[in-house]
Parts: sequence; C-alpha cells; structure tokens
Amino acid sequence: MNANFRRGLRDGIPIGLGYLSVAFAFGIQAVSMGLTPLQALLISMTNVTSAGQLAGITLIGAGASLMEMGLTQLTINLRYALMSLSLSQKLDGSMHTLQRLIFSFCNTDEIFAVASSVKSRVGKYYLYGLMVFPYVGWASGTFIGSAAGTLLPAFVRTALGIAIYGMFLAIIIPPMRSQKPVRTVVILAGLMSILLRYVPGLRSIPAGYAIILCAVVASTVGALLFPVEDAQEAQDDGEKKGDEEP
Amino acid sequence: MSWQIFLPYLLVMALVTYLIRMLPLTLMRRQIKSRFVRSFLGYVPYAVLTAMTIPDILYSTGYTAGGVPDGLITACVGLAAASAAAWMKKGLLTVAIVASLAVAAAQAVLMYI
Repeated sequence: MNANFRRGLRDGIPIGLGYLSVAFAFGIQAVSMGLTPLQALLISMTNVTSAGQLAGITLIGAGASLMEMGLTQLTINLRYALMSLSLSQKLDGSMHTLQRLIFSFCNTDEIFAVASSVKSRVGKYYLYGLMVFPYVGWASGTFIGSAAGTLLPAFVRTALGIAIYGMFLAIIIPPMRSQKPVRTVVILAGLMSILLRYVPGLRSIPAGYAIILCAVVASTVGALLFPVEDAQEAQDDGEKKGDEEP
Repeated sequence: MSWQIFLPYLLVMALVTYLIRMLPLTLMRRQIKSRFVRSFLGYVPYAVLTAMTIPDILYSTGYTAGGVPDGLITACVGLAAASAAAWMKKGLLTVAIVASLAVAAAQAVLMYI
C-alpha cells in the first residue's frame, strides 16, 4: 500500500471514531424527525457535514421550502469555502481537476484541519487515505444510530462525544507552545467565540456565521501582526519564528 | 417520509454543500502572491478550529445550559486531560482517546459519589 495513503488512513482513524458517535446522534435525531434509516444514511453519504445536516432534517421536519433549505445550507456551510480556499494553497501537483472534484466531497472541518496540520504539501494518496475512515464512520454511524439508536449504552455515547474536540486540541495546542503568531490567533478566536456565544445580541448570530466571523477577524489580525516572510505556508513560517524564541 | 418529498430536499442539501466546497478548491489553481492573503489563509485553520472547540467542547458530553451540571464536569475533566496530552505533543488519536477515557472515568466517579 502506498505510504502516503497509509499515513492518511491512520490520521483519519480518530476522525472516523469521533464521527461514528456524532453520526450516531444524528441518526437517532433523523428518525425522530420522521425519516427512515435509509433516508438518514443517504443524507450522510451525500452531505458529510454535521451542522448542515442537522439543520437540514430540522427544515425537512418543518416542511420548509427548497429555497429556505438552500439558503440555510449556504449560510451554515459557507465556512467550507474559506477552508477549501486555504487548502487549495497546500495541494501538491498530484491534485488535478478530477482529484480536486473527488476530495471536495469530503472536505469536512476535521479532515481540513488534519490536512492543514501536515507540515509539507499534501497529495492525492494522503487525502484519499484521510477520507476513508471519516466517511465510513459518518455513514455507518448514521445508519446504526437511526436503525438501533438505543442499543449502545448512554455512557459510551457520552464519552465518545468529546473525541472530536480532543482531536482539535491535539492540532491547536502543540503549535501554540512555540509559535507566538498561532498563540495570538487562537486566543483571539477563542475570546471572540465566547463573546459570540454568550453576549446578548451577539448570541443571535447563527453558528455558521459566528465561525466565519471568528476565523476572518482572528486570521486578519494574525496576518497583519505576523505576515509570513517567504513563499512558505504561514504555519511553516510560524514554526521557524517559534524556534528562534528562547 | 415519502420519497417524493424527501428527494428534492436531499438534492438541494447535497448540491449546495458540495458546490461550496468544490468551487474554491477546483478554481484556485495558482499560488496566491499576496503576502497578506497567504498569511491570512495560513492562520485560518487554527482560528476555525478554535472557534469550533470553544466553548462547544463544554457541551459535548450531554450538558445543556440550565441542566444538571454532571455533563459540564465530565467535559471539563476531558478538556483538561486532552489539553495536557496535546501539550505533551501526543498524536491526534492518542489525545482523542485520552479525552474520551477521562470523560468515562469522570462519569464513573460521579456515578458512585
């Protein structure tokens, strides 16, 4: 097996495990909205996004118009455009149009995060490997959840719920230790996210917009204060800067 | 749910979501020259992940605002354990497992208090 493909597979395992539990919850909810397990599975296999799907089944349950469905998906999922744009700068020469069309299907928050955290450029073998377990976990979790949601003990489901966030922390925290630019961006984004969640007035901003707002403001400040020096990615540059610190 | 009602919804959801992901990735083929934009895009992953983790992680183990605080306690234990493991530069899977095990352990402790 291609070494990059295998590396991608391995990096996808924690995402797949996390998805299994999140999709499980989605499956249970979809059935409660009146969808069949097969319909829930089809949504997960064609959308591959948690927040968008959750909003989607809510709208289906409420009998919303197709226009409302389209606009809601656009709003909640617009952050992916930013992620795809960011990732487009990291792809190597093996990613031609077909490979990009295929990978786009699975560019979730978590897959994007892991692909972004790779030090070098990423190519088709790594990205294909990375897609496998998350996709299987997301689809099978949905089906199991919708068909047999109550069979798994509650405490197992609860413990699995934090897995995805644990993985995020594993990506965010190590570079924060040594790189001041990343530290600054993370602290700023975290503070903004808290404000947007709890301050009355700001609280009414939909979650999809709130993430975009945090990302745009924190990254803009980061880019103004710590512009990258050369043709490398900002991460690589931050790494260098960080190493120079005492 | 009848398929006649379901399929148009499915089509709209899948199409909109795919286009949002696909268009920037497929159309942006060259390296961006602007130093500012390159810096900006390099910081985006960290900012996005932070905004998705904080404060959502506190609600990831069943806690809802105003509900019983058990979920909040287990989430904080999981957050602390995962942060420590990440600080020690453990891998993604390790940190994810540490977080889940810490939550499971905290649940077990809470059950017997």
